[in-house]
Amino acid sequence: MTLVLTSLAAASPGFAVRVGTSVLQVAVVAVAGPLLLGLMAKVRARAEGRVGPPVGQVLADLRKLVRKEAVRAEHTSVVASLAPLVLVASAMVATALTPLVTTHPVLAGGADVFVVVYLLLMGSVALALDGLDAGTAFGGMGSSRAMTIGAISEPALLVAILALAVQARTSNLPAIVTATLAHPGWVASPQRLLALVALVVVVIAETGRIPVDNPSTHLELTMVHEAMVLEHGGPDLALVTAGEAMRLALLLGLVANLFLPWGIDSSGSGGALLVGLVVLGAKLAVLAGLVALVEVSTAKLRLFRVPELLAGGFVLAVVAVTTGLVTR
Amino acid sequence: MSSHPAFDVAELAAGVVLAGAVLALWRKDLRALIPILALQGAALSALAAVLAVSDGNLGLGVVAGVVLLAKGGVVPGLLARVVRADPGSRETAPLVNVPASLVAAGALVVLSYLVAGRITALAPDRLTRLVPLGLATVLVGFFVLVTRRKAVSQIVGLLLVDNGIALVAFLLTAGVPLLVELGASFDLLLVVAMLQVLATTIRARFGHVDLDQLRELHD
Repeated sequence: MTLVLTSLAAASPGFAVRVGTSVLQVAVVAVAGPLLLGLMAKVRARAEGRVGPPVGQVLADLRKLVRKEAVRAEHTSVVASLAPLVLVASAMVATALTPLVTTHPVLAGGADVFVVVYLLLMGSVALALDGLDAGTAFGGMGSSRAMTIGAISEPALLVAILALAVQARTSNLPAIVTATLAHPGWVASPQRLLALVALVVVVIAETGRIPVDNPSTHLELTMVHEAMVLEHGGPDLALVTAGEAMRLALLLGLVANLFLPWGIDSSGSGGALLVGLVVLGAKLAVLAGLVALVEVSTAKLRLFRVPELLAGGFVLAVVAVTTGLVTR
Repeated sequence: MSSHPAFDVAELAAGVVLAGAVLALWRKDLRALIPILALQGAALSALAAVLAVSDGNLGLGVVAGVVLLAKGGVVPGLLARVVRADPGSRETAPLVNVPASLVAAGALVVLSYLVAGRITALAPDRLTRLVPLGLATVLVGFFVLVTRRKAVSQIVGLLLVDNGIALVAFLLTAGVPLLVELGASFDLLLVVAMLQVLATTIRARFGHVDLDQLRELHD
């Protein structure tokens, strides 16, 4: 691996820098994810008049879980040990490809909308199989619910980003962000507006927040994500939580940079990179705070009404693509 | 019409109007529809104002003010009073369920692109290309009119149709004459005011405002 990287670095100057920035992106998202979860818990607590746990609580929990002994349910197969790794690995690869801090991530040529969305889907499927593996009632129930939601939200995510791809005439994510930077007027276009509403709904569903799923409940009638990871403890649970946190940070960062890309590093210099880092942090914090405030002010939807919400998002995304195709 | 900000505002306004129409079909909560209508009115007013500035047309500026006052303020305000007075009209019971009506809305948008595409091909520029959005809003408004049962929802459908027509008018003819816009706005105001009186009377008589149940004659 090192040999391949060094030979590639020798072949194209600047490649080493791009690998460096992509590694930086993954590291930032890995730390930012748990911090965002902590921040959202804090905002919710404050809005409800409680003090709430400190923002670093989720990170501290992860540290505690990693140190514990790995315990697995009796009848689990190799799926239970692999799934958390697949979840984290797919999230890391997707993060390395996505324009979050810089518009020049490594392998930018392969950073297609389809690649990133399917990497995320791979993590979801791994988690669903993981839920089924132990053979308990809750795990299977959680998996079936997660797949029901995912079957509508994944295509909606894809179509919503496609509306932007139609406008930029490329499905390459860094290229879409670069094109948006070059054409500020696009931000106000009708297809962007429609796609934004669709994406917000989809991201809430994908990250399992209220009104689709309640991340802080263990009530069997309502839980989706918690039911799937119920059988996990110790390092496995730490991996799953870290993977989910990364996906949250990745999706929020993607939405922020697709619609308001300003501040992202496009030159590759050290100063611009630092600015990109700070701006990304600010965008993520603001978005997470907004999501948390929405969570406080809305009630969770009945499971049977979730497809209705997501169908709305999907139709808005389709309308956005149609608008984009005709008005471009 | 050459400056870019004007085009941007026009695109944004058209997007807000169409997104509002789809959202109105999506949300069952009637209280949520009122801010949507107010936002649509504000977007239309902004569009008229931008056109007035770029064309140097004073009459259009007055129209922008009238639109903001009527569609952005008074009409949503009157509707809000009707909804607040009648707790039973908060949930609509559509004849077609929400996912199906959303799919229908998607189809209507595509249809309006197919139809309006031929019209806009006659004089293609950045403004007329937005006309399909207005037509789609009209069609979605008609869809709301035929599939919703509550009196308030039907008025919302009517207002969506009117907003769509206003959007098409602003985009195609750079605004309607002041007199016509005044008349149309006043008509709309009158319709909503009448609805308020009518809904109050219907509720006082029958205890609900479900128009589907008003088929039989009573003494």
